[in-house]
Amino acid sequence: MTQVATAETPVHEKQSFLSRYVFSTDHKVIGIQYYLTGGLMGVLGALLAGLIRLQLTWPTTQWNLLAKIFPTGMEGGFMKPEFYLALVTMHGTIMIFFFVSLALVSGFGNYLIPLQVGARDMAFPFLNMLSYWTIVPAILIAAASFFVEGGAAGSGWTAYPPLSAVPSAAPGSGLGQTLWLLAVALFIVSFTMGSLNYVTTVVNLRAKGMSMMRLPLTVWSLLIASIIALLAFPALTAAAIMLLFDRHLGTSFYLPAGLFIAGKVLPNTGGSPLLWQHLFWFLGHPEVYVLILPALGITFDVLVPFARRPAFGYRVTVYCLVAIAFLSMVVWGHHMFVSGMNPLVGEFFSIGTLLITIPSTIIGVNMIASLWGGKLRLTSAALFAIGTISFFGVGGMGGLFLGNAAADIQLHDTAFVVGHFHFMIGGVTMLAIFSGSYYWFPKMFGRKLSELLGKLHFWMTIVPFYGIFATMHFYGLAGAPRRYYNLSQYAFLEGVRWMPIVITVFAFTLLAGQLLFLVNLVRSLWAGEKAEANPWEATTLEWSAPSPPPHGNWGENEPVVHRGAYEYGNPDAKEDFVPQTVPALKVPAHS
Amino acid sequence: MSSARGAREAPMNWSGGVAPLGMSWQKLMMWIFIVTDGLLFAGFLAGYGFARTGARSWPDQQEVFHLWFISLMTFVLISSSATMATGVAAARVADWKKVANMVLATAGGGVSFLAMQAYEWGSLIRDGVTLGTNPWNVPAFGNYFFLITGFHGTHVLIGTIVLATLALRVRARKTTAAGVELAGLYWHFVDLVWVFVFTLFYLV
Repeated sequence: MTQVATAETPVHEKQSFLSRYVFSTDHKVIGIQYYLTGGLMGVLGALLAGLIRLQLTWPTTQWNLLAKIFPTGMEGGFMKPEFYLALVTMHGTIMIFFFVSLALVSGFGNYLIPLQVGARDMAFPFLNMLSYWTIVPAILIAAASFFVEGGAAGSGWTAYPPLSAVPSAAPGSGLGQTLWLLAVALFIVSFTMGSLNYVTTVVNLRAKGMSMMRLPLTVWSLLIASIIALLAFPALTAAAIMLLFDRHLGTSFYLPAGLFIAGKVLPNTGGSPLLWQHLFWFLGHPEVYVLILPALGITFDVLVPFARRPAFGYRVTVYCLVAIAFLSMVVWGHHMFVSGMNPLVGEFFSIGTLLITIPSTIIGVNMIASLWGGKLRLTSAALFAIGTISFFGVGGMGGLFLGNAAADIQLHDTAFVVGHFHFMIGGVTMLAIFSGSYYWFPKMFGRKLSELLGKLHFWMTIVPFYGIFATMHFYGLAGAPRRYYNLSQYAFLEGVRWMPIVITVFAFTLLAGQLLFLVNLVRSLWAGEKAEANPWEATTLEWSAPSPPPHGNWGENEPVVHRGAYEYGNPDAKEDFVPQTVPALKVPAHS
Repeated sequence: MSSARGAREAPMNWSGGVAPLGMSWQKLMMWIFIVTDGLLFAGFLAGYGFARTGARSWPDQQEVFHLWFISLMTFVLISSSATMATGVAAARVADWKKVANMVLATAGGGVSFLAMQAYEWGSLIRDGVTLGTNPWNVPAFGNYFFLITGFHGTHVLIGTIVLATLALRVRARKTTAAGVELAGLYWHFVDLVWVFVFTLFYLV
């Protein structure tokens, strides 16, 4: 750890508070800004989920306290249908675009990419700052949409027309929907700037000796995710522009003839709502891989130092990530099996979707094999990473049912789907955010998070999470539809009335468990155990910089890379790990 | 912005780092941007194909458009790509006077293209074609025509502004050959998109 001695980099002069912490171009500050903003939105999204649970479990109960907080949406203590739909829409939108994308991809991505490839900063720091300050208005617009006339958008995070295209279709289809579109458009602009930076940085700014096959898997997964994002997002941009035209300029891109809405026949002819579904899911499906691939990469990076073994099948994992990325671009149709589709086309999308299980399974097995025979150190970070593997496996099993067109026709739009995608883009990503947090917090702030609180947090997360979403699978198999405002009137659900209650109890336990993490974060910022540069005895480049790294990351000596990312358990080395910066000569050759 | 510049220059001054594709990060970024922007047009054109194949009838382009005029527009735009390429080549050998003239000529091509497109739009609007309605009762025609050509026109407008600024900067010797090349990449891309729009909208 000789680099620690030369901490202060000569390149940078003193900065004001504003340029250092607010309008900063330092990738680490931007990463932490993203992480905290994403976390805040995660809390907001979780609270919305709590409200959804209340309505689904006790649809006829009067909530006087909530009537005071939401005077219009909960008038008289009863939730209005349009408020419920707005909650469902905004929960999804916030969690996908403003929690997981921000905290996981933008937060860890910005923080880790330059540190792990050995660069002083992103290729274009100013663009990086701009990308963060584009997301802030997006969030404000999304939050403001709750307070406009008609409330927030109510057409789901997928915004299917005609509900989203005709302002008079529903209360949430008015200004709320326009603001939703603006917020998502700004998000895309911001995310595109971020992805441009990621790809360019990884391809062009790697340290000397850092070949592609020496990159940590976090960087690989972020690189691939960024490429998918760059290829998929333009489709949604195009779709959103056309939707705005339909809403405000009288075009009929998505509106067929003869629509009868709000008591009158619309004049539009010639459009098709299916076009939106195609364009949306051309983005929407790759988008879930934009979120889940970095989660898998982070899980590898966290698992390996605590198993004290090299990542199993590094190359194969990289190839599988690429294979998933490719396949993810050609399977969007599996979201549309019941939208009216030629069965032959459905067959194509089914087979493509089921093919994804092959590289996914290989990655999952590689994760488990990385633990095999290792000297496990069960820290909080490691526990969360192991939890990620279990979610990935269980969620993937549900995917087998949904990817199959025949089964999907039965399961489409039931709680089964909700259970499935919450394990994948909810659970896998959330646990990866947590494992990454416990693992990199010492690097970010120079202090460790409390292990006791961390382990409690782990059990308070994983048990209720299974309780909620495994139960939801069965609730869906019993026929419970998703997005419905009030399920109490359906007699066929009589036998499973206990399920939503169990789900809700677990949901509030899960919410309560997350308080432990918030307490841990705040407490450890000031009172956490001090961490040196490499507290986990890890090999990747970020641990060769001081904790926290200064602006510019390394002092005058930039790191030079001599070996792969995961050299643990080298029998020739004095310690059981060899950092990437150690030259070959320092380790005596095997005799 | 001193901090930004410091951080941005740092990797350049630094012996580490390789450029596996043999290009600067600015150029790489421009390429990635072009790919994503191209995909945006691909989205529009895919939607257009979707609507066109689903439509029961489609206006006859021979009657609707002045095809000879559109061909002239296309010729002007393609020629401006040629002047741009000459400018980029001149920048490589640091013939800055020629660069300034060629960039200015390219911007002129952009302006004439925009003027011709305004004329074409105007004559269509006089014929009763609007964004939402048209005499042939195929709303998708007007929808996609104004959307796609409008988007492309916006790109030409932005490109023209960039080129005009570049010409001024070349005169003031404030730019590098790489800067000229980046603007050139964007301009060629805008022309290429037009080739697709021209083929798919006017000819097919």
